[in-house]
Amino acid sequence: MTPLMRWEPFQELQREMRRLQREMDRIFGRWGFELPTAALPFAAAYPPVNVWEDEEFVYAEAELPGVSMDNLEITVTGTNQLTIKGERKPTGPEKAEWHRRERAFGAFERILELPVPVDPAKVEARLENGVLTIKMAKGAEARPRKIVVKAE
Amino acid sequence: MKSSNAPTRKESNELMTTEATRGGTYYTPRTDIYETEEEIVFSCDMPGVKPQDFDIRFEKGQLTLHGKVAPRGPSAAYLQQEYGIGDFYRSFTVQPEIDVEKITAEYRNGVLTVHLPKQERAKPRKITVQAG
Repeated sequence: MTPLMRWEPFQELQREMRRLQREMDRIFGRWGFELPTAALPFAAAYPPVNVWEDEEFVYAEAELPGVSMDNLEITVTGTNQLTIKGERKPTGPEKAEWHRRERAFGAFERILELPVPVDPAKVEARLENGVLTIKMAKGAEARPRKIVVKAE
Repeated sequence: MKSSNAPTRKESNELMTTEATRGGTYYTPRTDIYETEEEIVFSCDMPGVKPQDFDIRFEKGQLTLHGKVAPRGPSAAYLQQEYGIGDFYRSFTVQPEIDVEKITAEYRNGVLTVHLPKQERAKPRKITVQAG
């Protein structure tokens, strides 16, 4: 007798673990900023990332004000792990009277699992007005395939 | 993934004292302020604003910063959304007397920096005590 659906307990567990990991990242941060003051609520994973897709590409976007391309490293490992690593340097003179310091600085690293496999050779990144946009071509298996219905 | 947790780490409407005509979400930019003998300098994280879309005003001791943000992102839904997109707005009362004519602003890598030079008479002066 063949079962109707294969039960894959480990895959299910793995998926659940990944979901939990993401949730923990979001709440506590994986590395986060090394804070100059304890007052800043930057504990969660930095930077926050928005992800979307169209037929051909997967897009990841993050707001990184005060970070230049020289201080940013973007890598795609395997087919679905995106790493955004960088550093925000402190600004302003040391010898001044500071009224407010809300902008955190330091090194950060965020590892994201992409929902769709991509081709690591076809990744483009653009940093414009402090907004980082990463455009990744979908892996062949993830692209929609048109099925031609043959008439008899 | 759900989008119920957006926006994160971007506070909205926190410091708006008056209501805006236009609806929608406004975000409060994180700001550094320091003062030297010559000037007061504001640095604000305002990513995604085009340089021509700033409205910066100084009136009656009040500095108002508004950055319009054009919509961007997917035409349909996000697969994952961790922050929201909208205009930046924040207003500050500035204490010392400012030389309004000499206010300057620059925008680099998504950070707006506004320089408010102090008026001559508001600058600190060192008084030498003479021996009698």
